[in-house]
Amino acid sequence: MKVVQTEVLVIGGGLAGLRLAVAVQRRGHEAIVLSLVPAKRSHSKAAQGGMQASLGNVIKGQGDNEDVHFEDTVRGSDWGADQQVVRMFVHTAPQAVRELAAWGVPWSRVRAGDREVVINGQRTTITERTEAHGLIAQRDFGGTKKWRTCHVSDGTGHAMLQAVADQAIAGGIPVHERTEALALIHDGRRCHGAVVRNLVDGSLTAYLAKATAIATGGAGRLYRVTTNAVICEGIGHALALETGVAALGNMEAVQFHPTGIFPAGILVTEGCRGDGGLLKDASGHRFMPDYEPEKKELASRDVVSRRMEQHIRAGKGVKSRFGDHLWLDITLLGEKHIRTNLREVYEICQSFLGTDPVKDPIAVRPAQHYTMGGVRTDAHGHSTGLVGLFAAGEAACWDLHGFNRLGGNSVAETVVAGRIVGEAIADFCADPAQDASVPMGLVREFMQREAANLQAMAGSGREDASALRVRMQEIMTEKVGIFRTGGELRAAVDELQSLLVRSRRIGLRSADLGANPELVTAYRVQKMLKLALTIAYGALTRTESRGAHYREDFPRRDDAAWLKRTLARWPRAGDTLPELGYEALDVSAMELPPGWRGYGAKDYIDHPDTPARAAAVAALREQLAGADRFAVQRSLMPWEHLLPAALRGRNERIDERLPTP
Amino acid sequence: MSPPRRLTIAVLRHNPRQPGSLPRWQRYEVEEADGMTLFIALNEIREKQDPTLQFDFVCRAGICGSCAMLIDGKPALACRTLTRMLGDEVRLAPLPFFELIGDLSVDTGKWMRGMSERVQGWLQAQGAEPDLHRIEAAMDPDLADRIYELDRCIECGCCVAGCGTARMREDFVGAVGMNRIARFRLDPRDSRSDADWYDIVGNDDGVFGCMSLLACQDLCPKQLPLATQIAYLRRSMARQGWA
Repeated sequence: MKVVQTEVLVIGGGLAGLRLAVAVQRRGHEAIVLSLVPAKRSHSKAAQGGMQASLGNVIKGQGDNEDVHFEDTVRGSDWGADQQVVRMFVHTAPQAVRELAAWGVPWSRVRAGDREVVINGQRTTITERTEAHGLIAQRDFGGTKKWRTCHVSDGTGHAMLQAVADQAIAGGIPVHERTEALALIHDGRRCHGAVVRNLVDGSLTAYLAKATAIATGGAGRLYRVTTNAVICEGIGHALALETGVAALGNMEAVQFHPTGIFPAGILVTEGCRGDGGLLKDASGHRFMPDYEPEKKELASRDVVSRRMEQHIRAGKGVKSRFGDHLWLDITLLGEKHIRTNLREVYEICQSFLGTDPVKDPIAVRPAQHYTMGGVRTDAHGHSTGLVGLFAAGEAACWDLHGFNRLGGNSVAETVVAGRIVGEAIADFCADPAQDASVPMGLVREFMQREAANLQAMAGSGREDASALRVRMQEIMTEKVGIFRTGGELRAAVDELQSLLVRSRRIGLRSADLGANPELVTAYRVQKMLKLALTIAYGALTRTESRGAHYREDFPRRDDAAWLKRTLARWPRAGDTLPELGYEALDVSAMELPPGWRGYGAKDYIDHPDTPARAAAVAALREQLAGADRFAVQRSLMPWEHLLPAALRGRNERIDERLPTP
Repeated sequence: MSPPRRLTIAVLRHNPRQPGSLPRWQRYEVEEADGMTLFIALNEIREKQDPTLQFDFVCRAGICGSCAMLIDGKPALACRTLTRMLGDEVRLAPLPFFELIGDLSVDTGKWMRGMSERVQGWLQAQGAEPDLHRIEAAMDPDLADRIYELDRCIECGCCVAGCGTARMREDFVGAVGMNRIARFRLDPRDSRSDADWYDIVGNDDGVFGCMSLLACQDLCPKQLPLATQIAYLRRSMARQGWA
């Protein structure tokens, strides 16, 4: 039995995993990162448009601060988010951007003076302040009150990943490329590491660690049409689920991005609309103002995607041999802007569509984009079900995004959570009370179980792994998509259950246990089906609409019955459904009590505690009128105690100077 | 409409871990579809014809650099190669120079990390870390754009696979390595001087190994200005060596 020992095992080599490893290592602890692919090829790279942080350098960001970012994020989440976590996040995001600047990210910078921009379809001149010249620039994004999205042209994730991966290389952190965790090693209470498969030669190794962190990103590939990279299959989610004790939170909350290139699903950034691009239908009509007079193209992603599909259903889509689509028109932004600020979009249109976005509109339709649900953790990324298991980034549900994530909040989350959770892991490792001896019998048992499962697939089964996977993806896209109904979800759950049963009888055409792509598909599809079921069953059970989870048969948000987080566990391996439980959100502790989001549907059912809390918040605000915003905030909802000490303290802005030291 | 083309895709196959495996060409036939890329074609082959075929794709959008291979003899990204740009028969082979994993899959990751370590391809700032609670240091906006231009490298390996020097010198850092250095030389946040850079690339495995064949520039899928960057770097390093 091959064994590798380390203090911290990080599963996933994207932004969250690498930032976490760097944090752990800087605190003097040893970390090994496992990655399916070379770390710099991770899906974090695909983040184009930017990272939200309330620096307020550009003139359209003036007046931005943590409070505004907080409210935008909570409204975006449709009140599903944990408001303390949102506070920790919005406070740390400016520091994270500045840290990345110090690590070499070439953030796009403010140019003082007049510049022409497109706002609401009109060319307008705005004037940037002299004192902002050379500071990090922000662009507009959906669902935000201020221009807050810091960016590197439209290659933000790429530049961020370069810088963070470089820090990992500089720190000598080993990244074990082309390795994949098959199972977490645990005793039902404590996590001890993972059984890991080498994708090049197929060998299994037990990685034993004091702390194990899941940072494996999203699960977009459960769907047929997705912007996600081919490696985003939710395997990290499934690893936690298969422990039977760790819970996944809100898996039914799945985001669809309005502008996936049609039909391939490749992303074009929200920056296209943030910079002034418009959505148009078959007749060239700009339709979003008809539905969303307040925010138009820049309502939150769940709302824009729904409106687009609604418009297509009304027969206004552009017909094509692959189905209907709409147009994203950025021609009004002009060639210079497109070729400097949206150059990835330009390249993608050229390479994949053979069109020129300077002259032609881009064919788009909403595509699966982001997994809000994840391994349920506390505010420090520690699993609530398994000691020693942590999670960060898209794979986690600590819960920053609730039922809908704002654009630009995910790359920001990777580095913020990577830092915060990394600090928590370092604390955990430094704590002698958390020392645990690893029972080698248990390790052997897990190794043998995984080896036997692989062996069985190479044996006599008859089911085709690829076919099961394709069918799962069709079901998810057709029945568990943007518009959901009880009938379709029921049908989806039923068929997914039968697929799961069939996946236990997979037979491979090649019995090779080494580098065998079919074997990889086979063991992954078993895990993916459990995850698909967790999403579909959670969606079936949640009889309301909230954020990206939209039930046509229950179109209203129902705070009275459903202001709670779904927790899914899979305690018995042979079952075909997860066990669902619920965790109520405490309205009486909320800084921002539930209300209308400022876009989207206006009718919702109040939680019984909401009026009292709203009145209490209003009274406190009145009582503290004249006090600074920090004092007001503290009195409404304390959170700073949750943050590592080094991250506390005010963030400086042009309009909020700190005293000179 | 004319009937769709039948494409023949010939793949150079070999699994070095399998005893007795010898490199061989294997031909597959697929029916061309509208907007088909080699990503789509190869996945179709793997799903329907040959589940053992090895290749690497991650983003399938031309941004991650995983899928570089020889397409009709030239290094290029398979994911954004539209089949309609190709003839009726396409020949695919693994990228040369890098360690072969199997079929079209090569280990660029290990080489790139090694290169990064050799050229110390990370920002080395001067002085103490800045106070992150305070406003960031300003940077000239045009300079930031110029740094990003060089930072756009996706480490796909096309430049090294097409490089004459890399054929002869195993430890040559390649255009990817020199571009990395050019990027940090340009960055005022990096404290290293030309004397430091000279220690790293002022030799035949670095900038003086380059024979200016410039296939790197022709093949770069991100159209990075590699020829200019190598020329600048060589001039500066020559000046440094002279001094």
